Amino acid sequence: MTEIKKVKVLKFYPDKCNGCLECEKACSKVHFKTDEGGEKSAIRIIKQGNTYKMVVCDQRGLCLDMCPVGALFRRKNGVVWLDKETCIGCQACVGFCPIGAMRKSEVRIEPFKCISCGSCVRACPENALELVEENIDEIKEIVYHKLGA
Amino acid sequence: MVEGQIAIENYETGNTKHKWDIKKMKFAHRVLFEYDYKKGEIEKGYANRTLYINLSKKEIKEKKVTDEMKKKFTGGRGFGLKLLWDSIKPSTRWNSEENELIITTGPLCGSTQYPGSGKSLCLTISPSTDIICDSNVGGFFGPYLKFSGFDAIEIQGKSKDDVIIVIDGEKGKISIQTAPLEETNSHLLNEQLTHMFASEDSEKSRQKISIVSAGKGAENSYWGCLNFSFYDIRRKVPRMKQAGRGGLGSVLRNKKIKAIVVKVEKFDGVSNNPADPVKLAQVGTKLHREIRDLDRYQCNMRAVGTVHLVEIMDEYDLLPTENYRFGSFPKASKIYSPEFYKYFTKIIPDGCWHGCTMACAKTVDGFTVKTGPYKGQKVTVDGPEYETCGCGANMSLWDPLWILEFNFYCDTYGLDTISTGTSIAFYMEMYEYGILNKKRCDGLELCFGNANAALNLLHRIAKGDKGEFIQIAGRGIRRVKDWIIKKGWGDIQLIEDCGMESKGLEYSEYVTKESLAMQGGYGLTLKGPQHDEAWLIFMDMVNNAIPTFADKAEALHYFPMWRTWFGLNGLCKLPWNDIEPANNAETDEPAKVPEHVQNYVEYQNAVTGWNVDKEELILQSERCYNFQRAMNVWMGRGRRKDDWIPYRSMGPVTKMEYKSREDQYDKQLIEKLKISKKDIENMEIEEKMKLLYEYRQDQYQKLTDAVYYRRGWTPNGVPTPQKMKQLGMNDTKMLNMLQEKIDEDEKAGLNIWGGKYSKGEKPPSIHKKYWEKWD
Repeated sequence: MTEIKKVKVLKFYPDKCNGCLECEKACSKVHFKTDEGGEKSAIRIIKQGNTYKMVVCDQRGLCLDMCPVGALFRRKNGVVWLDKETCIGCQACVGFCPIGAMRKSEVRIEPFKCISCGSCVRACPENALELVEENIDEIKEIVYHKLGA
Repeated sequence: MVEGQIAIENYETGNTKHKWDIKKMKFAHRVLFEYDYKKGEIEKGYANRTLYINLSKKEIKEKKVTDEMKKKFTGGRGFGLKLLWDSIKPSTRWNSEENELIITTGPLCGSTQYPGSGKSLCLTISPSTDIICDSNVGGFFGPYLKFSGFDAIEIQGKSKDDVIIVIDGEKGKISIQTAPLEETNSHLLNEQLTHMFASEDSEKSRQKISIVSAGKGAENSYWGCLNFSFYDIRRKVPRMKQAGRGGLGSVLRNKKIKAIVVKVEKFDGVSNNPADPVKLAQVGTKLHREIRDLDRYQCNMRAVGTVHLVEIMDEYDLLPTENYRFGSFPKASKIYSPEFYKYFTKIIPDGCWHGCTMACAKTVDGFTVKTGPYKGQKVTVDGPEYETCGCGANMSLWDPLWILEFNFYCDTYGLDTISTGTSIAFYMEMYEYGILNKKRCDGLELCFGNANAALNLLHRIAKGDKGEFIQIAGRGIRRVKDWIIKKGWGDIQLIEDCGMESKGLEYSEYVTKESLAMQGGYGLTLKGPQHDEAWLIFMDMVNNAIPTFADKAEALHYFPMWRTWFGLNGLCKLPWNDIEPANNAETDEPAKVPEHVQNYVEYQNAVTGWNVDKEELILQSERCYNFQRAMNVWMGRGRRKDDWIPYRSMGPVTKMEYKSREDQYDKQLIEKLKISKKDIENMEIEEKMKLLYEYRQDQYQKLTDAVYYRRGWTPNGVPTPQKMKQLGMNDTKMLNMLQEKIDEDEKAGLNIWGGKYSKGEKPPSIHKKYWEKWD
């Protein structure tokens, strides 16, 4: 198997953001066929004082080694993918994600996450989002701290 | 291996690969009888039926689970008790035709969101104790059994030939088949059957199989455990967890069952059909986060599992060394957790059921076996856990690699590491005193620290060696005590005091000499001395939080009830207090971990749709706990005499032990028995030991009085019909039986308190038959 080396990751320009949340709406359309955004969006834009913060998966892949059934893996394009047919809804990845990017909606037990599809980038009227290519080796992190848990 | 993010298909353990002709093995099977059933849905945690198989009568049927049964017995171990009560007799013994082997699940079993939710509870009449033994175990079997349609499986009768029982949740078929060509030892048998019964040649399919088995050791001893498999898609081997205590594996093999195979058709995060999946996921995720943030500062379970306890026990003088003579040892650091951490495989999910992020089920992969039939092969060793390391200490064996070898062989032979290790430690002490010797041990030099002799004993037991010692040794301490005494080889009191068994079951690995409450935690139990009912050493000995008899009795009421609750629901106890919220120490009752108790209230309500509170959880347990004690009474045990514990667990049996803590013991004689310091200095050590012996025996009896009173039992330990009625357990046959036993005790003059109460001291109640006023 050839090694996967690159992955596209979302980059956010808070200066350009106007807080319209079109990105969230576009995202929930991808995941749940609804434009509600919010809890059903894998990207979240949070207002912080005068600026905005983006919470979304950075594809570091800490969750890959958490999944007991192998529902999480890197696809050929490097994206950390959750196969919801295999997922057994244990929420281990949700609980262990250090940045809260593995998300869970009330409508189903399986979580969901950013798949770097670019829908939000296209939906943003202000060009505040961009997909940039990163080397996986530079961003990847493994579940390993202190004695290796 | 320390790198993470290795694709599952590329993951390697380095284990020896086997090439078997699985088709030929399967072709040799002959179906003896079978049964088709209609697959059903799980409703709020219950499949609402149990499966009954009679191997002698070739009968298979379904039994309905009624609302009444749920109300009284909750599920899991409670259901097991109910099924046993309906099926056995007071004279039933482990190898009787009517004895049953029961594996149950519980309403919360199989949830994936809350860590520790995949436990099965196994019950049978134990060869060691002649009463009910309940043992909990991880692995996938319990959840798969339920998702295949049954809350429990109940197996009665015996087969003539070796059989496997196949529960095919895909086809809705139960079949009993001969299986002549498969291995018996579990690590190989599990692999063969997993490959044989997986619907497709894929890791995903193999993960849908779970197997219960017990190896050659279980066949030839009373130490048989049940191995429950769980297929690991990364390591590509079926790993296993053990229902260790009480010889359940010996019962499996006595029924000529080689294995029980379950295949689940499908399951997901809501297969239990919980009443409130959103709430369930919330409570579970909260605990995942707590484990993520705090485990590495608390128990470090995710890195080293329960082995983290070795250094703690050694430090607090609680690590059983040389058959519990000592609680710490200079060499103990050789088996501290970092020594095992070196060998453990890292960074893959090590839960024994999906979603358990506590992940204590550590393994050593690619371990090279050094002795016995699998010498030279590379295998996955599941463990060791703390108890197995404690056994090493008890046998004075301080080599981590030896402990791994011992662990591997105990598992695959189907031997309980605890009973095996504790027993061998006792034989070693008897060897040291010359009560046993090489000749009496069939050529084994069973002295402390003899690594080869200990493993040879296991290999010879597994081979079915007919040596007199080998045969009796595998039946455990109680039988060996009787054997040595009958042979007249040693002082009876020394033998009785040193052998660490109560009710016929061997002690698990904690030194209890300086904690009276924990002596009760081992002695005043239902099945025998296992720490799963109560672990009070720190509360009692270190923090002095329960100073009076009444305080200790309250703890010996609450904690056994609370811990019983996990077994009624199919849960593991570890995520309750082996991880604690950051502010736990500031709560009113930190030992109870109040926030986690509340999690469990919400968890049970979220699955079952009930509306219970924390008091109701305790009541659920109290019903079953008393029911089990009543059954023990019915079977002729379950009285004060049966709650006897050996003196080694109460105090120093030998001069060497007294000397090892002389200051502490002298101080107790001065403070508690009001003997002057001067007198102590002039006393012979034997004299001091005798005084301490009498004092501590009396303390244990007083504790027993207080505990029986708190639990609503007679002074001879019989649950009263009044108590049973209060709990809503009003089975007439049981109530009448209890009254008869109490009347018998009355006639025999046994309804009296056991402690010697001097002036100023009071027994728990001055009213004779205090329970009668509850009518």
